[in-house]
Amino acid sequence: MSAVRLPRSPKVLVGAGLVAFFAVLTVVGPWLAPYNPSATSFPANLRPSSGHWLGTTALGQDIFSQLLVGARATMIVAIVAGVVATILSVTVGVAAGYLGGRTDDGLSLMSNVFLAIPGLPLLIVIDSYLPAGGRSNSFVIGLIISLTGWAWGARVLRAQTMSLRNRDFVEASRIIGESRFRIMMFEIAPNLLPVLASSLLFTILYSIGAYVTLAYVGLTSTAVWNWGTMLYWAQANNAPLANQWWWFVPPGVCIALIGTGLALMNFGIDEFINPRLRSAGLSGRVRRASGLPRRPRLGYTPVARASAARAAKVGAQ
Amino acid sequence: MRMLGRRLSLYLVTAWVAITVNFLLPRMMPGNPVQQLIGKLTGRVTPQQVHAIELAFGIGLHQNLWDQYIGYWHQLFLGNLGVSITLSVPVSSVLASAVPWTVGLIGVSTVLSFLLGTFAGALLGWFRGSRLDSVIPVATFFQAVPYFFLGTVMLLVFGSDLHLFPVLGAYSQSVTPGWHWDFIFSLVRYGELPVITIVLSSVAGWMLGMRNMMITMIAEDFVLMAVAKGLPRRKVIMHAARNAVLPSVANLSLAIGLVVSGALLVELVFNYPGVGNLLLQAVLNEDYPLIQGIFLVITLTVLVANLLADVFYFVLDPRTRTEAAV
Repeated sequence: MSAVRLPRSPKVLVGAGLVAFFAVLTVVGPWLAPYNPSATSFPANLRPSSGHWLGTTALGQDIFSQLLVGARATMIVAIVAGVVATILSVTVGVAAGYLGGRTDDGLSLMSNVFLAIPGLPLLIVIDSYLPAGGRSNSFVIGLIISLTGWAWGARVLRAQTMSLRNRDFVEASRIIGESRFRIMMFEIAPNLLPVLASSLLFTILYSIGAYVTLAYVGLTSTAVWNWGTMLYWAQANNAPLANQWWWFVPPGVCIALIGTGLALMNFGIDEFINPRLRSAGLSGRVRRASGLPRRPRLGYTPVARASAARAAKVGAQ
Repeated sequence: MRMLGRRLSLYLVTAWVAITVNFLLPRMMPGNPVQQLIGKLTGRVTPQQVHAIELAFGIGLHQNLWDQYIGYWHQLFLGNLGVSITLSVPVSSVLASAVPWTVGLIGVSTVLSFLLGTFAGALLGWFRGSRLDSVIPVATFFQAVPYFFLGTVMLLVFGSDLHLFPVLGAYSQSVTPGWHWDFIFSLVRYGELPVITIVLSSVAGWMLGMRNMMITMIAEDFVLMAVAKGLPRRKVIMHAARNAVLPSVANLSLAIGLVVSGALLVELVFNYPGVGNLLLQAVLNEDYPLIQGIFLVITLTVLVANLLADVFYFVLDPRTRTEAAV
């Protein structure tokens, strides 16, 4: 397979930029934090200033430090949950789609059951029975979230596998006697890559939401700093009603920005999978430059050649 | 009919799984949860409470797991979900007063969000590549904001600062509940902000899905045919949209669970007297029988809603009615 060439639309670039920014923050955030996020050594309820960029909490903690430190815990849980859920959905989806028959019936039933049970109430019930040690452990929380988040990916991957399983190249390796496992892992799985990437992004997005929600409700350890516990403490101290926006707005905006970044990247993958969307996502300038009509015309799928668009862009500058 | 039968059996299996999970979870707790809970309730433990806790965890019954399971089902069919530890009243009666609020709030929001999103998505798909496309990143942002955070911001900006909407609660304290206009008007006014929050958070999904399907559909020959016949643009859009909406309707049943998950927290923000608010109070108080009863009722309600959505799809798409379709 040739190298995957993602569409370079502004949407995708902005998305990738946002995700990269938060990825860097995950790694360096705790080192950049100017103060200990739990230290209560400052005056309470300070407005944002040069000493405290985002002010302080009602307990006199530096909010900017909490935001930086909290990035890591939030992202670790999301990544653990995203990766585990994706592994689960590939295993179930590919096995169901390729093996078919009884196996398919059983696995599909399982994923449909998990899809039908509303995720958050199930998470809350499981989490409320966790002992305190489990609630403060990012990996345990990540695993539980992955349990409620794998089913959608499995369904999409199963459908894609079924459309691949009778293609000639799969048939060919079956005839030369490759094992089933090898066919699934090395013939089918690589062709699922775009769908897989899209499902990974979505699961990470879901996991961030789920984790932050659990923390906001108070179902994770309130001693672990993440963006959800920040919101929990802000709510517990009535920050919204006291109009202390610098306390509860930053974590919420961070969650929304990373989520937007992931979703925008996903648009790129959608456009990669479905060429019709790709041409619809082109901006007016690129469209003119590649010789396409300004308004998309009915009845045909325009093909915008990346080289033509790039040459035109260079020419325009 | 086969498709409906398959869906129905899926929901029955799901209900069974949910009920069984509900039964097993408390019995898998390590240690002695009863002693821990009683320890937390120091000084105000009544014998009824101890009994309620023991029933919830299946301790002190001197039965094996299987007999307990049978007994659990028996109680379930009688509508007995146990007794709330903190409130000391049957869980079923607590739920009966909360469920209508949630069903009303989420039902109205979901229908509004679906209609609005589908309509906007159809237009976005038709006018693709135009200035309208700038709506997409904005909608994506709203989709990524957690429901409860958006709710908090809405509450502050439009409720507390601008005083455009009444906030906190489901109706004004000055009117008595009943079927008269004052109450209904108050109900609508208090419901506006929570409904707007849920619609804003959930509309983007419908919109983007519909836009993508619309773009795919526009390239089909029948749309070209409609244009060639000289049909007015409004009719052509309707023509394409009717076909593009089917996957959205098929996904409706799956999306309900997601919307419910988010909307439960909106109730907390707006102090709406529904199931979500109740669930979070129960979690704070570690009222396990109540938590479990709520989980069960939410799950079963979502399953019924799913079935309704499937029936809707069945009515809309004739292909599901032929025997060949699965």
